[in-house]
Amino acid sequence: MAEPIIELRDVVKRYGALEAVAGISLAIEAGTFTALLGGSGSGKTTALKTINGLVVPDAGEVRVAGERVPTASGPALRRRIGYVFQEVGLFPHMTVAENIAVGPRLAGWTKADIAPRVAELLRLVALPDDIGARLPAALSGGQRQRVGVARALAARPAIMLMDEPFGALDPVTRDQLGRDYRALHEQLGLTTLMVTHDVWEALLLADRIVVMDQGKVLADASPAALLAGHDNARVRALMETPKRQVERVRELAGDVG
Amino acid sequence: MDPRVASAWALLPGYLGQHVLLSACALLLGLAISLPLAVAASRSAVVRWPALLVASLVQTIPSLALLALFYPLLLALSSVTKGAFGFGLPSLGFLPSLLALTLYSMLPILRNGVTGLTGVDPAIVEAARGVGMTDSQRLFQVELPLAAPVIMAGVRTAAVWTIGAATLATPVGQTSLGNYIFSGLQTENWVYVLFGCAASAGLAMAADQLLGLIESGLAQRTRWRIVTGAVGLALGAAVALAPLVATSAAPARYVVGAKDFSEQYILAELIAGRLQHAGASVERKEDLGSTFAYSALKDGVVDTYVDYSGTLWANVLKRTDNPGRQAVLDQLTAELKRRDGVVVLGSLGFENAYALAMRRSQAEALHIRTLDDLASHAGQLTFGADLEFLSRPEWASVRDAYGLKFRKTAEYQPTFMYRALTSGQADVISAFSSDGRIAADDLVVLDDPRHALPPYDAVVLISPKRANDQRLLGVLKPLIGKIDVAAMRAANLSVDRDMDKASPAQAATALAAKLPPPP
Repeated sequence: MAEPIIELRDVVKRYGALEAVAGISLAIEAGTFTALLGGSGSGKTTALKTINGLVVPDAGEVRVAGERVPTASGPALRRRIGYVFQEVGLFPHMTVAENIAVGPRLAGWTKADIAPRVAELLRLVALPDDIGARLPAALSGGQRQRVGVARALAARPAIMLMDEPFGALDPVTRDQLGRDYRALHEQLGLTTLMVTHDVWEALLLADRIVVMDQGKVLADASPAALLAGHDNARVRALMETPKRQVERVRELAGDVG
Repeated sequence: MDPRVASAWALLPGYLGQHVLLSACALLLGLAISLPLAVAASRSAVVRWPALLVASLVQTIPSLALLALFYPLLLALSSVTKGAFGFGLPSLGFLPSLLALTLYSMLPILRNGVTGLTGVDPAIVEAARGVGMTDSQRLFQVELPLAAPVIMAGVRTAAVWTIGAATLATPVGQTSLGNYIFSGLQTENWVYVLFGCAASAGLAMAADQLLGLIESGLAQRTRWRIVTGAVGLALGAAVALAPLVATSAAPARYVVGAKDFSEQYILAELIAGRLQHAGASVERKEDLGSTFAYSALKDGVVDTYVDYSGTLWANVLKRTDNPGRQAVLDQLTAELKRRDGVVVLGSLGFENAYALAMRRSQAEALHIRTLDDLASHAGQLTFGADLEFLSRPEWASVRDAYGLKFRKTAEYQPTFMYRALTSGQADVISAFSSDGRIAADDLVVLDDPRHALPPYDAVVLISPKRANDQRLLGVLKPLIGKIDVAAMRAANLSVDRDMDKASPAQAATALAAKLPPPP
């Protein structure tokens, strides 16, 4: 087995008396798409943020590409890891193009290198070229999230961390963006770690699902394996829902047909 | 044009330039201190609460008091630096005004800075960290640009406050648009008062509008607004400051000081006129607070002004005895030279003594001619004093000597004090013996048989650094002993009366006509 690109070993993070992450270990191989699935308060976001150093664990060890996190320079690490989150956080005083160019600019790219890169990224996330001159306030929610993905990809990171990236979007846009991103993941050979509370999203996008609850890992398997059954009752219950919904939709379709 | 409006216009370049220089420096210094402090305060509650608390406390100090408080503070600091580094700090004029106004400008910038910086959407802060910005990159590329409109709103408030409060720098020896207001109030030249208010309000409004243009430009991200506002501010400042640059290049200039009443303005104009006739260039520092004037002279902020022997005797030498008119003058001349290097050139020839005065009709009805007579009626009478008399040693001396106990005591600006007496709101006032209004208002000056009030010969003082300046001494010596009290009263009255008022400069010209011509 190849050296994992991301590795968490017995990671613990406390907020006062609350143990948000209660000792989890995880090894992520390069090129995989992993979903961290769980409800609110399960510790999935906190675990994700230990990887790019936005959260510093109280105990345990995090390694990215063999390097111990947090490193001496958090900013330098974060420039090598793409980060997308639900609120997007586009800089409202910068145009779309300037937002996308932030990473390369911080990394010291020349202007001549940045301009074609921005155009390339706009095409990659399926946005029209002329959107680059607009301010974020003039975009729709889906467009904003696409810009967020483009900004995260701009400096050619190998790793993408995504925290409920499509959570605030309507179902159609959300499905479209999910599929588009999955295609990008393949095309660019990324390693993606995505936090979600949506079982469907995890099942349809990820190669591997890590189910979390109360700061602990309940299950860690492929979507097919999880659907086939699991010895933890909560995980089984979690997987029952999509199965039941599929049955119901099939019945409805049958009624019509 | 009304001659008073014309003379006000003539003074505008100098006053406006000084006002703009002071306000702009205070605002820039305030910004340079408040902005880093706001950044520190937005990141740490340990800094935030003390900083905001202190800034708020400063704001509760009346601005005039804040300006005045820097005088003893700098005086103390100056003696420290003199001991440690061999140079002193000016305790009057530009420096104390600058420091007080800087403190005054800080609260709005600090408060809006903290509000603006802590108000940045947490998602945007998270994104800035997520893309790999360092703390300072996040501050300069994200947080400050986003907080800029709120910060600019604070700068606007600070600018309006600073420009308004700068008018109060006049009494501590810093020329400003306040010179119109202070001297206008004293001589009842309402044209001057209105002119000063309008000029300072106009300046504040112009600065506010231009800063507002920058603020809206920052908020809407429209570059032309920001550029127009900034260019407007720069141009305005350049035009206002141009006269200062022009005059500062002029050769040897004398600074003639004056306290804040008509006689002082007239004598300052008289001295200035003589100096200009002798080819010297002259700067006037008027409306000096009574306690600051001597210090300003001693420190060389002012080269010459007229003070009164009794005032110096009590306030500078802290003497309460009264050895007689000539003895006071002689001892004063020797002591001031020895102590401070200040030259007492001599008496102009008249006294402007503190004296208690009453309406003639009432004094005659009550048979009051002396302070002894007054003492027996004081319990039924209201005493109107000028703003400093009750805290002066002369009052303690006269009160104790005659056992004066008034029914009621009120304090007035000198102008309003005379009004209070003639209108019957006061029965006895602390008048000045050379005041033209004594004759004009038909007042009687009460005799002082116990000699409780010291003599107040008007004396010309020369600063230590000009002690051997032959041109200055040559111009001023011929005035010694040449102005009698009748001439001075007439000059004062021409400025103080309600109708057909003369400006201090006109009164000085009329007075000069009665004197021997300049050498």
